[in-house]
Amino acid sequence: MSAPAKLTAVDLHAFFRGTEVLRDVSLEIPPLSVTAIIGPSGCGKSTFLRCLNRMHELTPGAHATGRIELDGQDVYGRDVDPVHLRRRVGMVFQRPNPFPTMSIFDNVAAGLRLNRIRGDHEASVERCLRQAALWDEVKDRLGASALGLSGGQQQRLCIARALAVEPEVLLMDEPASALDPIATAKIEDLIHELKTRYTIAIVTHNMQQAARVSDRTAFFYMGDLVEVGPTEQIFTTPREQRTEDYVTGKFG
Amino acid sequence: MTPTHTDKSYEAELSGLRDRLLEMGGLVERAIDASVRAITERDTALAQSVKTGDREINRMEVEIDNGCRRILALRQPAASDLRFITTALKIVTDLERMGDLAVNIAERAMELNQTPPVAPMHDLSKLADLSEAQLKKALDAFVTHDVEEAEEVMHRDDLLDALYLKIFNDLLAIMMEDSRQIRRATAIMFAAKHLERFGDHATNLAEMVVYMVRGTDVRHPRSRGEDVPPHQA
Repeated sequence: MSAPAKLTAVDLHAFFRGTEVLRDVSLEIPPLSVTAIIGPSGCGKSTFLRCLNRMHELTPGAHATGRIELDGQDVYGRDVDPVHLRRRVGMVFQRPNPFPTMSIFDNVAAGLRLNRIRGDHEASVERCLRQAALWDEVKDRLGASALGLSGGQQQRLCIARALAVEPEVLLMDEPASALDPIATAKIEDLIHELKTRYTIAIVTHNMQQAARVSDRTAFFYMGDLVEVGPTEQIFTTPREQRTEDYVTGKFG
Repeated sequence: MTPTHTDKSYEAELSGLRDRLLEMGGLVERAIDASVRAITERDTALAQSVKTGDREINRMEVEIDNGCRRILALRQPAASDLRFITTALKIVTDLERMGDLAVNIAERAMELNQTPPVAPMHDLSKLADLSEAQLKKALDAFVTHDVEEAEEVMHRDDLLDALYLKIFNDLLAIMMEDSRQIRRATAIMFAAKHLERFGDHATNLAEMVVYMVRGTDVRHPRSRGEDVPPHQA
């Protein structure tokens, strides 16, 4: 890796009510690239993602030890405001979750309002909808309810909403698993676009999706980071037997 | 023992493909053996059987190709499975070419068997044994994932090249001595050249086995600016 990492996990351990769900994970996420996190259910990949913007600690009984650094600064530092952190490290979830009572426009503007960001909201909303590759589909009905959009459009709306506060990192937890192949392809195409401006970490069950969208892939298994490397290497010549078994479909 | 694929039908498709490749390799082994014996034992019927048998080798090439394409499309193989499929796609072409070389030798046999013998054939037999052994070893390495055995095939190609050169020079001497032998000596020279090429294809197989097992490409070291061992020069 040439450029210094955007996000770095150092000796990260995560727990749910005393059960260790992530063990001693150290991983660097390089800037302006896509890092995919793969592994079977319960391997800790979503927990890892949620540690990166301190959402893990919001779950009752959950805590983490170790360090997460954003541009070299410890995000668990005493002077760090988690709300501010989550502005810099945005998140998109598995199920599209637009605000149901709000219009398309307001859904995107909501992020700005909640964060008391002033300025030209109309321009910001358009910019985000364009970046989320949704503008052409919704520009004539910005006042309509977000629930009138298809699942794929709703997910892109959620991405636009996440972009509104101008984050530096975008965390995506299974962003296309509830979508059909066409909507999935649009999201994947969008990820390629977005990585020119944002650092992206994506959790996915879909190995082919990880292979298609990411530059680097990290394989988690039962709370351990087994292997991380260039995506091409992970899918053609993995170094670890456990990675080999997982990507070839030998699940024991 | 590596674990098997959770999807048993996938496991069966991969092992079926492996079996078919070996079967095809066995046919090619028998073809090259028969084609050279057709010369040394002056057996035209045997030569004819090589030509007929090549149809089955060609049919298997198409079948294995289709099998690989099917797995690529339907299974999206990764890691060692992907390397196995891409290796299969390449070595099936080499095997088919090796079958063609056996046919070429069989055709020279038919030509030579019309006229009296020209020269002692033991070097040609020896070259045939070496070439055949190369194929056998390469296929063994493929089955057992044995990189060392594959590398041995790559090294031993030098022996074939040297023996071919000796046969070439001997035949040249015969032709210079007696110009009436030129036609027949040339036919043998071609047969020897085909055997030498056969050996080169066995080397290709071995190189692909190294790729399949290790994931490293050992072909054309010179084009990557590496030091070239003598056997690959």
